[in-house]
Amino acid sequence: MSTRHVAFPALLACALALLPAPAPAAAEATRFDYRLAPQEIAPGVHVFTGLREDFSPANGGNIVNTGFIVGSTGVIVIDTGPSRRYGEQMLAAIRRVTPLPVVLTINTHHHPDHFLGNQAFPAATLAALPETQRGIQKDGEAFNENLYRMAGDWMEGTERVAPTQPLAAGRRTVGGRDIEIVALDGHTPADFVLIDHASGTVFAGDLLFHDRAATTPHADLAHWLAALERLATLPARQWVPGHGDVTRDAAAIAQTRDYLEWIAATMREGAESGLDMTEMLARPIPARFRGLAEVEREYRRSVVHLFPAAEQAVLEKAHAR
Amino acid sequence: MRPTTVLALATLWLCSVADAPAAVPVAVHASTDPLDSARWGDMAKTFFAGRTVVFDARVKVVAPAIAEDSLNVPVSVDASGLAGVEEVLVFADFNPILAVLRFRPVKAKPALGFRLKLQQSSPVRAAARTADGVWHVGGTWVTATGGGCTAPSTGSGSPEWQERLNQVSGRIFPRSDGSERLRMRVIHPMDTGLAQGIPVFHIEELTLSDESGAELMRIQTYEPVSENPLFTIDMPAAGTRVRARGRDNNGNRIDAWVTQ
Ligand SMILES: [Zn+2]
Repeated sequence: MSTRHVAFPALLACALALLPAPAPAAAEATRFDYRLAPQEIAPGVHVFTGLREDFSPANGGNIVNTGFIVGSTGVIVIDTGPSRRYGEQMLAAIRRVTPLPVVLTINTHHHPDHFLGNQAFPAATLAALPETQRGIQKDGEAFNENLYRMAGDWMEGTERVAPTQPLAAGRRTVGGRDIEIVALDGHTPADFVLIDHASGTVFAGDLLFHDRAATTPHADLAHWLAALERLATLPARQWVPGHGDVTRDAAAIAQTRDYLEWIAATMREGAESGLDMTEMLARPIPARFRGLAEVEREYRRSVVHLFPAAEQAVLEKAHAR
Repeated sequence: MRPTTVLALATLWLCSVADAPAAVPVAVHASTDPLDSARWGDMAKTFFAGRTVVFDARVKVVAPAIAEDSLNVPVSVDASGLAGVEEVLVFADFNPILAVLRFRPVKAKPALGFRLKLQQSSPVRAAARTADGVWHVGGTWVTATGGGCTAPSTGSGSPEWQERLNQVSGRIFPRSDGSERLRMRVIHPMDTGLAQGIPVFHIEELTLSDESGAELMRIQTYEPVSENPLFTIDMPAAGTRVRARGRDNNGNRIDAWVTQ
């Protein structure tokens, strides 16, 4: 964070002096290798676990969990990663596991690290909940540009491809695999959850964060907390969170809920006691959350996302009296 | 830290360092700007030509190092470490419209919380003028991906908003030290005129006074203040009601009472 802060003025000065851009990259093939290695967490269920970090030129955006499920006749892909390169390397890794065709490629929600690898997969297999389709259509290009700024040249050649197939909740057999789609929301306006019944694996998307602070740019906390209640009732033997390690322990649900409840209460109490946003930003993180990766940064982002509505509610309530 | 004294650049160009008035310590090159901004020289020329300017850590500007939302960058300015502050000017070196706002604290604390739009990464500075005429400058860098000044406001694209133009919501919060805090928000698009096809339209003036009509603070706002401006103002106990009056550049009036 501080390096970015210091580097920027210098960068601007360069731009003003019209200095040429840095020399082009060499040895691309090895430079932009995400080294994706799937982990088989149940028979036929594979996960690529991302780093518990923020987007950076060092990680190329590989901060997200993606996965695939191999059925008797085809493969279901869950999320496609942050870039064209990620999607291509993911597909290559799938090919090392199975020759079966990809029959369904799902974007769990409309955040860029979950759909910008879509280009690598057959267009006809791309699917998402309708609200997610709309979100990718509307904001996908802006997200792509933003990720380019944050992750740099890893993003080269990445284009937004919106899924054309709408998904609906319910249980069905896909690729020879008994799966169930649960349509929830709260992290974003539409959050897809997949249950693989044979293995009891639940792909929870970004409704679940594990040892990594939750992100809230499009969050509705009340809805998100309700979605977590629902998650807790699903027939799960293991959970794949959107960010953080796969777990057999429902404690990840409690952890995400505890953090979100704290965020909601902090916004409400701050607004009611008349704090300014800069004072909210300066508040310390309670000890029990300091173990969550990226919590300092995410808390501050959440203040910017969520405090305006909280303070507006307080100011308008006072005015109405 | 002892404040570094500099002469505004305009003065520097007119006379060599040797000719500088004896009362002012050695004029320091613009590179001594603690924020090391390539634009400091222009800022000095624009805002403080012929005046004495000191960089002074007692003028505190608090803002996030990285702006999550360049349309709403939260900033708190506090010059209460200085005695006798008469006026405070806030500006951003790299914004297409430099001046963000000015305020005269009158009876309030010489401090103000608000949000601004940033077009790109920039120092955000506050300059506090004390009774002796000296401008004391503090500031901080904010990294922003930008576009904040050329993006259309939400209000400019929606018809409902016009019915609520200049509506005030707010509240007075009693503070534990016996003082009061006023937080108030005015519905206004604050269009900069830099977004294509949307003319400049912003609040120009806002004056706060107590029930007896005595002025508490006077704020002049410019285009870079965020849409639906929200202000945080600390003041000695001013009673249970504060009146907010003002107008925008089209002559629309603001007039409302804010209560506890
Ligand atoms: Zn997400």
